[in-house]
Amino acid sequence: MTSDPFRQILHPGQGWSRILGRHQALTLTDTTGKACVGLLAYAARQPLERYNMPDSLKAQYTAFLTAGRVLMSDMGRVLLAITEDTCGWHDTLTGHSTQAEVDARWGVTTYQHQRNDRYRGTRENFLIELAKYDLGRADLHANVNLFAKVVTNAEGTFAFVPGNSRAGASVTLRAEMEVLVVISNTPHPLDASPTYPCGPVTLEIHDVPPPGPEDSCRIKRDENRRAYQMTEGSQP
Amino acid sequence: MNATPLVDATVLAGDGWTYPIKKGQTFRIVDLEGNQAVDTLFYNLHDVAERYDATLTMRRQGSLYLTTGTRLLSSEGNALLTITEDTCGRHDTVGGACSCESNQVRYDLGKLFMHSCRTTFLQQATSVAPKFGVKLGKRDLAHNINFFMNVPVTPEGGLKFDDGISGPGRYVQMVADMDVLVVISNCPQLNNPCNGWNPTPIRCVIWE
Repeated sequence: MTSDPFRQILHPGQGWSRILGRHQALTLTDTTGKACVGLLAYAARQPLERYNMPDSLKAQYTAFLTAGRVLMSDMGRVLLAITEDTCGWHDTLTGHSTQAEVDARWGVTTYQHQRNDRYRGTRENFLIELAKYDLGRADLHANVNLFAKVVTNAEGTFAFVPGNSRAGASVTLRAEMEVLVVISNTPHPLDASPTYPCGPVTLEIHDVPPPGPEDSCRIKRDENRRAYQMTEGSQP
Repeated sequence: MNATPLVDATVLAGDGWTYPIKKGQTFRIVDLEGNQAVDTLFYNLHDVAERYDATLTMRRQGSLYLTTGTRLLSSEGNALLTITEDTCGRHDTVGGACSCESNQVRYDLGKLFMHSCRTTFLQQATSVAPKFGVKLGKRDLAHNINFFMNVPVTPEGGLKFDDGISGPGRYVQMVADMDVLVVISNCPQLNNPCNGWNPTPIRCVIWE
């Protein structure tokens, strides 16, 4: 099998989508340490099956994602496994920014004046990418915010943690079935930075071996083992 | 509330309930016997692609738990309803709704046969919502509210399922900020303590 030579820069403000083949891995590298990448995931063959935030968190007794944890679908199957992560914490709870929020915080920009450096919002990027697959507002579920960290105190109050990522931090997602990934390199909605906080992200796709019996994501918890059984038992 | 209700329904454990709530009407859910999780979805009655958005609701109020004063926001950033009274104290919107498949992952592959909230939601979507002129399907099962349920997030980012903090007769009340459709699953879960291991009835009341 030859490796997909895919390598691309995701520019600040850019949205992107692609169907990953089973056992292809997507590595995202935050080259400047300033990125936040919103992520949605769907089973490519039947996108009504999609990443389910509560199911993923409940099964793994966690409120955030990092290496060893998986993104589960609403049908109890593993869409994406986080096989490597040098960042350490990816937010799942606080959703995505809108163009209105971006305009209010960092100022109104236009293509006329800023060209491709204009400040874009996550929701609008998601909807544009989803439309390419005949998906829309009703399909826009709670997203992951790669490279972003939000913590809560005993009362449940959120605090955005600046500087969670760093230059060169990367995360690798292995697709355990054909998965439509939709991403947006746009600021976290709770980021209070005085300037539009965004940096380029390198995307690389490569073929990887299927997870073996002792794969770290598979053996992380009994719940993960069962999710893998449900995933692998239903595929050719 | 002393006025005669427009609607006063008892919903048995494991059953669903769907009803339109018009702008300005008051809606109360009563936990009749205590520690009963009430999985709840809200939609803009006239445009169901605009629906309750758990992440936006939490983020705009800056915290996890729902209680008096919380504006339940839609995916378009509009207020669907505002919680005006709450004798329970706080409600979850992280834990989602149980499904047959999530029960398999969480507990055992053999749990597929057990009744679940998302089965109820699909029954309500396919058999009840059309009676109100609303078309709902699986793609519309967004992340819900769990009234009376307790799912704390620790400062270290752990997720816990604690015993409920509700009790018999406790209620949560809200006022509709737009015309909404409410879809409820009175949770049938028997595999964890979210219903105190004993699912019980709730009461849903709407006043003008």
